[in-house]
Amino acid sequence: MAREFTGAEIVIKALAEQGVEHLFGYPGGAVLPIYDEIFQQNSFQHILVRHEQGALHAAEGYARSTGEVGVALVTSGPGATNAVTGLTDAMLDSIPLICITGQVPTALIGMDAFQEADVVGITRPCTKHNYLVKHIDDLAKTIHEAFYIARTGRPGPVVIDIPKDIQFASGPYQSPKKVGHSTYRPQLKGDQNDIRKAVELIAAAKRPVFYTGGGVINSGSAASQLLIELVKMTDIPITSTLMGLGAFPASERQWLGMLGMHGTYEANLAMHDCDLMINIGARFDDRITGRLDAFSPNSTKIHVDIDKSSINKTVKVDLPIIGDVAHVLEDLLRIWKDKSPKQNSKARAAWWQQIDRWREKKCLSYKPDAEKIMPQLAIERLYELTKHEDTYITTEVGQHQMWAAQYYRFEEPKRFMTSGGLGTMGYGLPAALGVQVAHPDSLVIDIGGDGSVQMTMQEMSTAVQHGLPIKIFILNNSYLGMVRQWQELLHGGRYSHSYSEAIPDFVKLAEAYGGVGIRAEKPDELDDAIKEMISVDKPVLFDCMVQNLANCFPMIPSGEAHNHMLLADSEDIGSAISEKGKVLV
Amino acid sequence: MNTPQQTVGSAYFITKDSDKEESHTLSVLVDNEPGVLARVIGLIAGRGYNIDSLTVSEISHQKHISRITLVTIGTPQVIEQITHQLERLIPVHRVYDLTAGGPHIERELALVKVIGKGDARVEALRLAEAFRALVADASTEHFVFQITGRPTKIDQFISLMKPLGLVNVARTGIAAVSRGAEQI
Repeated sequence: MAREFTGAEIVIKALAEQGVEHLFGYPGGAVLPIYDEIFQQNSFQHILVRHEQGALHAAEGYARSTGEVGVALVTSGPGATNAVTGLTDAMLDSIPLICITGQVPTALIGMDAFQEADVVGITRPCTKHNYLVKHIDDLAKTIHEAFYIARTGRPGPVVIDIPKDIQFASGPYQSPKKVGHSTYRPQLKGDQNDIRKAVELIAAAKRPVFYTGGGVINSGSAASQLLIELVKMTDIPITSTLMGLGAFPASERQWLGMLGMHGTYEANLAMHDCDLMINIGARFDDRITGRLDAFSPNSTKIHVDIDKSSINKTVKVDLPIIGDVAHVLEDLLRIWKDKSPKQNSKARAAWWQQIDRWREKKCLSYKPDAEKIMPQLAIERLYELTKHEDTYITTEVGQHQMWAAQYYRFEEPKRFMTSGGLGTMGYGLPAALGVQVAHPDSLVIDIGGDGSVQMTMQEMSTAVQHGLPIKIFILNNSYLGMVRQWQELLHGGRYSHSYSEAIPDFVKLAEAYGGVGIRAEKPDELDDAIKEMISVDKPVLFDCMVQNLANCFPMIPSGEAHNHMLLADSEDIGSAISEKGKVLV
Repeated sequence: MNTPQQTVGSAYFITKDSDKEESHTLSVLVDNEPGVLARVIGLIAGRGYNIDSLTVSEISHQKHISRITLVTIGTPQVIEQITHQLERLIPVHRVYDLTAGGPHIERELALVKVIGKGDARVEALRLAEAFRALVADASTEHFVFQITGRPTKIDQFISLMKPLGLVNVARTGIAAVSRGAEQI
């Protein structure tokens, strides 16, 4: 007879066999048997967070910076409900996660037991899939299947809810069987005829543009390499969503910068005026499209996506290609090289001239300030002083996030971790923890705001405990800056509850946690302070006091088209948005 | 090619969707595991789609496969989204759009309780015979008719029974398969 193991032992064995090296978690009554096994093993390291939301974001940062599945372990009831924000965040940004939640013993489920919550019910809409394990015999198989589902196809979070009696029960252990699932079979290869058509369309296009997204990064490093090869070979301008930054190097000539609501002038106008849009692994999010009926009105649209439900969801496309980005690009390049089609060089030259005229607008320029640090300057200097380091950037959510996307220039995939879809304030600090765990010798910087960082500040304690020297670069303007900007734009400058009066002294706070606090108040102090931050081998809170009423431009006001952008020199931004636009978010 | 008249509505930009709404019957084959129905109806409720009729039952006891027949209303774009969103659920084997797939058969069963005496009672029984409804239960004061057929036929039968003492109706919702030798 096969040897039997307890449920808790099976969890550990399965995680080890899945190659898990790090686990982010928080113990509690319903996961004590698993924690007892963690105590007695050395196949992976457990990182004790201070709040379950932190565990999930740390696992997200870990996953996004490595391409591996991030793993979190939390207890039943409040442990699981605290994890919901992180799960939803991972769902919207397609991050592969496994979240193991403890559950009350099977016999108590439905009895309103202590720390009981209907976790599969609560997490059903915010996970790719979830399980309640009711029989010990199913446990090992379920964990392996969960990993398979989380990492393949369009990645996403998977919850495994394990009642406490199952953790104590004994049963057999099974190794992962051959990959595959009876009903879940993601399509990797694109239709060859459609890819051939795409080659023809690209060759014939006069004003083409690549619009790429997080799918390129999720598809792995090979996808980025193939994308670079394709873009250079065809010499077509390329823009990317927030989630796709880094897939194509920002230093290349074809790079237009990010597109969308706070995208560059040249990227958005190229999207508006193109005759062929080649969407690779992006999903026509509303931050990108703006006003749908005026979105790139005269273009033919190709859409490569692994998720069929992304096709025609908001924007009707002419040539959908279902498949994994790397697989599709590989085929596309092969067919392109076979045919070596002739491109319309005259039309393309004119297109590039047009783009250069848009670039001359210098849409990211801003008025310098001799007294106060401009937030844009802070990011520019941070970039200049860290670009030669092995740097990973995470962000919180708000103005600083957009400035990071605009002024920090990413050269490689998996270097930029941000909460794009859900827009979770408080994401960046714990995400930086996860990144630092995966890359202990790298420079990991969370670009934050004074509002966001206070949502998950307690994880500084985790950083100190585990010796994770993350750098929290806070653009401190005492405002919830993006809220304030919208209030200026839409609500007559009535700054309803967007000003924080009692912001903690971040330098003292860092010291209280056992980290290091650094403050910069004047532009001429900035460089030295940043250099000091880089050299410190401890967690740092960097309090960068910035000009507190700066706005984030360019901006496409809600309800407007790509060719109606507000630039930094727009006079009266209070009247820039129509009555109709004001009801939108 | 995107032409200006192909405008599309969005959650963020409130435009009128000019496409006409259509009723579609979808057949969804799923693994019959705990919570699978909750996944399907949760998705539909969460994304704001409509359900006009829903029937579920296991059709293969060995393989534990259930067939969910779903009647929904939406523009062609919404119907396409519903189909693809359902296919994204892990326990879903396949989604067939029977309406888009060609001719198909839809049938429904209803139990119709009519209470009455005298002429109304005789008339109810006479009409039931005309509609080929069976008498599933009876006393001197009531009938329970069992009627099967197309939903429109059942609608008509119910409206005829109303003045004759109809007190209660239970309908199963629609079961549907394609016509011809196709496997769906």
